Amino acid sequence: MSPSERASASNSIAIETANLCRHYSMGEALIRAVDGISLQIASGEFVALLGTSGSGKSSLLNLIAGLDRPTSGSVRVQQSDLAALSREELAKYRLRTVGMVFQSFNLIPSMNLIENVELPLRFAEVDRGQREGLARQALDRVGLSARWRHRPAELSGGEQQRASLARALINQPQFLLADEPTGNLDSRTGSEIMNLIQGFNESLGMTIIMVTHERTLAERYARRMIFLADGKLVGDVSNAVPAGEKMQRGQA
Amino acid sequence: MKTFDMAELAVRNLRESILRNSLTTVGISVGVASLVAMLSLGIGLQQLAGRRLQKSGLFDTVVVTSRRDLRSFNRDQEETGPAPAESPVLNEDARQKIAQLPSVLEAYPDIRFITEIRYEDKQHLTMVAGLPFSAKSNDSFDGMQGSFFSSENAPEVILQKSFAAQLLGKSMGSGSEELNVADLAKPLLGKQVTMRYAERTATPVADASSENPQTIGASSDSSGTAYSVVSHEQTLKIVGVCDLDPDSMRGQARARIFLPLKLAQDLHVMQPSDLRDSTNMAGGASTYTTVEVHVKSPAQAQNVEDAIKKMGFNTFSIVDATRGVRQFFKVLDLFLLIFGSLALAVASIGIVNTLIMAVLERRREIGIMKAIGASDSDVKGLFFAEAGVMGIFGGVVGVALGWTIGRIINLGTNVYLKRQHFPPEQIWFVPWWLVLGAIAFSIIVSLLSGLYPASRAARLDPVQALRYE
Repeated sequence: MSPSERASASNSIAIETANLCRHYSMGEALIRAVDGISLQIASGEFVALLGTSGSGKSSLLNLIAGLDRPTSGSVRVQQSDLAALSREELAKYRLRTVGMVFQSFNLIPSMNLIENVELPLRFAEVDRGQREGLARQALDRVGLSARWRHRPAELSGGEQQRASLARALINQPQFLLADEPTGNLDSRTGSEIMNLIQGFNESLGMTIIMVTHERTLAERYARRMIFLADGKLVGDVSNAVPAGEKMQRGQA
Repeated sequence: MKTFDMAELAVRNLRESILRNSLTTVGISVGVASLVAMLSLGIGLQQLAGRRLQKSGLFDTVVVTSRRDLRSFNRDQEETGPAPAESPVLNEDARQKIAQLPSVLEAYPDIRFITEIRYEDKQHLTMVAGLPFSAKSNDSFDGMQGSFFSSENAPEVILQKSFAAQLLGKSMGSGSEELNVADLAKPLLGKQVTMRYAERTATPVADASSENPQTIGASSDSSGTAYSVVSHEQTLKIVGVCDLDPDSMRGQARARIFLPLKLAQDLHVMQPSDLRDSTNMAGGASTYTTVEVHVKSPAQAQNVEDAIKKMGFNTFSIVDATRGVRQFFKVLDLFLLIFGSLALAVASIGIVNTLIMAVLERRREIGIMKAIGASDSDVKGLFFAEAGVMGIFGGVVGVALGWTIGRIINLGTNVYLKRQHFPPEQIWFVPWWLVLGAIAFSIIVSLLSGLYPASRAARLDPVQALRYE
């Protein structure tokens, strides 16, 4: 995708939050995990949500993912308000519109890789005959074609995260939401995963929202960095030339 | 999610913790087994009683009497229907009409009389009854020594055990040891007895004077109102000695020696009712005290009874008297059902427990499924399917187990019966509807048990479920 195309794509707003709040009550105390965040994310963007632990970045991601509902304010994804969706509609949104990857991979331990990757296809009621082909294609894309009969416990962390990426992409969502995707990986494997994610952003035009606490990682891959502290938005920096490219230039 | 996918996932989830789920399934099987065993026993006992009663010929029998006897079986019959003097006569014509009613197998007159039997120059006074040839299959003749009558009018008799003892001069004193029927039959079978009887003959008309008492035709067309009574003797061969009492239903009037009914009819033996009839208009032809009607099946007895009542006769059938017995079996079945269901209820608690454990244990998995797009109904359906699969397995295994338990009880009972010198009996019966019903019931109970755990799993908050390690 050329820069001009990306620019035109970024003109359309994909995700918009308005005064978004998510409060929990823990005993007497009220915890403001997300406290009045308003932001816009254009389609095709690669955004990093940065902050210390407890800053509300994962809570914000869960709200965007439709896993949680806001206490007040709104999340609009492609003009539809998630708060107005029923539980069934929200499930459909998670199934088809967003794909998620997690720090702890969250593969189902009793299923082998192909079954794990295939699972969203079952929920989407894709025909049995097509499912295995699609799942193997997805595993191919993340370089795991040889290991599809293995269970997650028999694989390294990097391989598990690749499998979970394959699963996140199987229903061809527009958004990839990643919650500390490299948090449980060594730096080399982490880079491999990040390169895959960056590849999806560039070749498929997917909108990526990644939660991380590592600023260097965000600077290397993301085009935009949003800083959170105590549930509030404290910074929104555009990262015009990703650090990864800068570094490559510096090495050259 | 498609149903088949759901079932497939359910089975694989059940396989993951195979021990716990097997134990739960065994719990269901035991519940179903106890239900099947209890009910099959109840059904078997009911059938056994039914078979016994049906074979005894009591259930498909309607007893018909004339209202002219002024003896009825209950007050209702006295008060309804025609006045005795205007009611029809129970004679051969009436018998034939009754025999032609739908669902009637046969209708035969009850012929019995008290007479003298001579055996080896000794006189014995007893009640004699005619026995229809169809009584051959009656189980009153179980354990009979010798054989049934060779033909419908053979000059043969069957003795009841007690009468055989009397002929041999042995006492059947109460409290003394029961006489063995085989020992009694040995000296008697094939021997002759002489029966003295009073023959009712039409008033001799001029040239019909030389009738041979032994070859009287069935139709003595007597239109006169007078008849004469002639004393005769008939030699009869003893062909059988029966152990049980085929005439027990008759109470005090029960006979202890039986002739073929056709023979008894042909002999034109004077009947007690003849005397009564001698003074009224119908005195010309022979009438019957009682006609016994055999119905095709006990279920039709009521209809036949009603039809005969319409003809103006009194009727009685044992079906009237056995309503209480049938009610008893209904209550017994209900109790057995309740006890059987109790075990299944306990098993269903096991399912609830196992599935709630599974929901707690698989919180994270549920969270993952929801995060990647499973809807509430997918999650609910999955747990529901797991409960259903356990129900199917539990039901099938339970029916097999219950069937086996039933067989073992049956076997044990028969070993006991054999020791007590009784013939073997089937006291246990598993009909098809019970097999299918038990499996269906097991599935329904399992699904009901899965209702709460499944909805609990569906309600799980994915964010919290994912946080849970």
